[in-house]
Amino acid sequence: MAEYRLMKGNEVIAEAAIRCGCDGYFGYPITPQSEVMETLMLRKPWEETGMVVLQAESEVAAINMVYGGAGCGKKVMTSSSSPGISLKQEGLTYIAGAELPCLVVNVVRGGPGLGTIQPAQSDYFQSVKGGGHGDYHLIVLAPASVQEMNDFVELGFELGFKYRNPVMILTDGVIGQMMEKVKLSDYKPRWTDEEIKKMHGTWATTGKSADRDYNVITSLELDSGRQEQFNHKLIAKYNTIKENEVRYEAIDCDDADYIIVAYGSSSRISQKAVTIAREKGIKVGLLRPITLFPYPTKVIQEMANRVKGFLAVEMSAGQMVEDVRLAVNGKVPVEHYGRLGGMIPTPNEVVTALEEKIIKAK
Amino acid sequence: MDVKDIIKPENLVYKKSSILTDKVMHYCPGCSHGVVHKLIAEVIEEMDIQEQTIAVSPVGCSVLAYNYLSVDWHEAAHGRAPAVATAIARLKPEKYVFTYQGDGDLASIGTAEIIHACNRGENIVVIFINNGIYGMTGGQMAPTTLEGMPTSTSPYGRDVKMTGQPLRITELIAQIPGTEYVTRQAVHTPAAVRKCKKAILKAFQNIGEKKGTQFVEVVSTCSSGWKLNPVKSNEWMVENMFPYYPLGDLKG
Repeated sequence: MAEYRLMKGNEVIAEAAIRCGCDGYFGYPITPQSEVMETLMLRKPWEETGMVVLQAESEVAAINMVYGGAGCGKKVMTSSSSPGISLKQEGLTYIAGAELPCLVVNVVRGGPGLGTIQPAQSDYFQSVKGGGHGDYHLIVLAPASVQEMNDFVELGFELGFKYRNPVMILTDGVIGQMMEKVKLSDYKPRWTDEEIKKMHGTWATTGKSADRDYNVITSLELDSGRQEQFNHKLIAKYNTIKENEVRYEAIDCDDADYIIVAYGSSSRISQKAVTIAREKGIKVGLLRPITLFPYPTKVIQEMANRVKGFLAVEMSAGQMVEDVRLAVNGKVPVEHYGRLGGMIPTPNEVVTALEEKIIKAK
Repeated sequence: MDVKDIIKPENLVYKKSSILTDKVMHYCPGCSHGVVHKLIAEVIEEMDIQEQTIAVSPVGCSVLAYNYLSVDWHEAAHGRAPAVATAIARLKPEKYVFTYQGDGDLASIGTAEIIHACNRGENIVVIFINNGIYGMTGGQMAPTTLEGMPTSTSPYGRDVKMTGQPLRITELIAQIPGTEYVTRQAVHTPAAVRKCKKAILKAFQNIGEKKGTQFVEVVSTCSSGWKLNPVKSNEWMVENMFPYYPLGDLKG
């Protein structure tokens, strides 16, 4: 029977990891996501499923532990918040370059620098456009509820292994810290070494066996021609991901004159704003990207042919709005509204922004 | 005895380890890496653990070590090999996991990772090649570069007032309770090569018995970086490196 609980978003990440058969978690404390590792240490999953949980000496070490674990075909993950995620960029680009699956959770706080411990969405560029050096992309999932924090752990591993690509759950201090009812996933057993060998033995460092040559996990290619070929292979993979994995939710968009585009906690606030605006007679809908890479570009392109304007609502100085503008390509006005530094917009502020920046300006 | 007799199996006194691949090594003449690779290959072959070994290669001259030993390899970022090895050793505790790191990698950019892996007593072997210079990038000053030694980033010789004394990291590591066996070796003479092989064998046997971190430093030459021929490099190492980095077991 399904198990329901009232839980914090961060706690659910830990619970979902154990239940989906995660092999290893490697972390380092940082506010506002420390509950992930705290929950795991309290739960002692090594006694239950054999899952390895380790507090690393730094975020840099933690992501490199993830790199090692991913290399041997295991389901491994880490979590952190913005300043810690910056430190993980080195490891992430190696993991992307070595084409390994893993899950990274970023419970975003305001920046730049040490910034604030309050929620923000100011790591969009870093998460969606690459983050580390070199041409690569993470698959980025943006949960808008504690339930999706649960669901996206398993989905993240599924997509990670499907494409052999690092996956990020990009959330923020609101979703990480708030409590909601959540339907927990059923327990799935961890993969056995035999299953891993069968599924991933051709590339993973499972130990050379007599039936194959030895495997090398690396992102190094000193021959420029071959490196270029590899870059093209990555581009082809990202294009396949763009074709197959776009996820979004469209609320009240069918008859809408205006579209608010918002993800994560901003989409929750914007959903209320849509209700308020509709009560005032403004026909507005909400487009909530669930995947930020790949981005629902085609849906926005299609909407741009029939609506009068877009408002991107995000708790940043205006990052995702650039992707909305690229999709709309000048057909109708696109504006940004956001609060910064850990401030959270109210639904009424969003409605006012829609009226002033889009409707009246027109 | 002519050639036909010499190559008869019964007259065989030495052969290349089956763990070594046939790829031509990119190392310079006189470099210690090739000898140390050979010793590791022989140990893996003699212990019959090819299928149980997972190796972690570094950034530096030995970044391409995975071309030469036929075991599964994971190539780490600069300095991060102990973190990569930590996860592999914990997720696959039945395997023999070793890192192979140079002095820039281990004693400079990767100090946090090596100290904490040792402190946790990770069940891994660390092979530490200390030639007092960054070879791959073209002979820059390393944390282990001796006082007064000229390099491309200390062209007038290492000024310890500016950059500190050369770091004896192996002495530091020997103090950490998590390490079980800590030794400093070299491969400049046949006798030293045999001693070094014994040390590497002991280290691998110890992780088979889950004894914790095994640390083998090999004081090494870098003929190209030192701008000396191979013979002179060995002499220079004996005269200058060994007094500061004395050979022998530090622990275990």
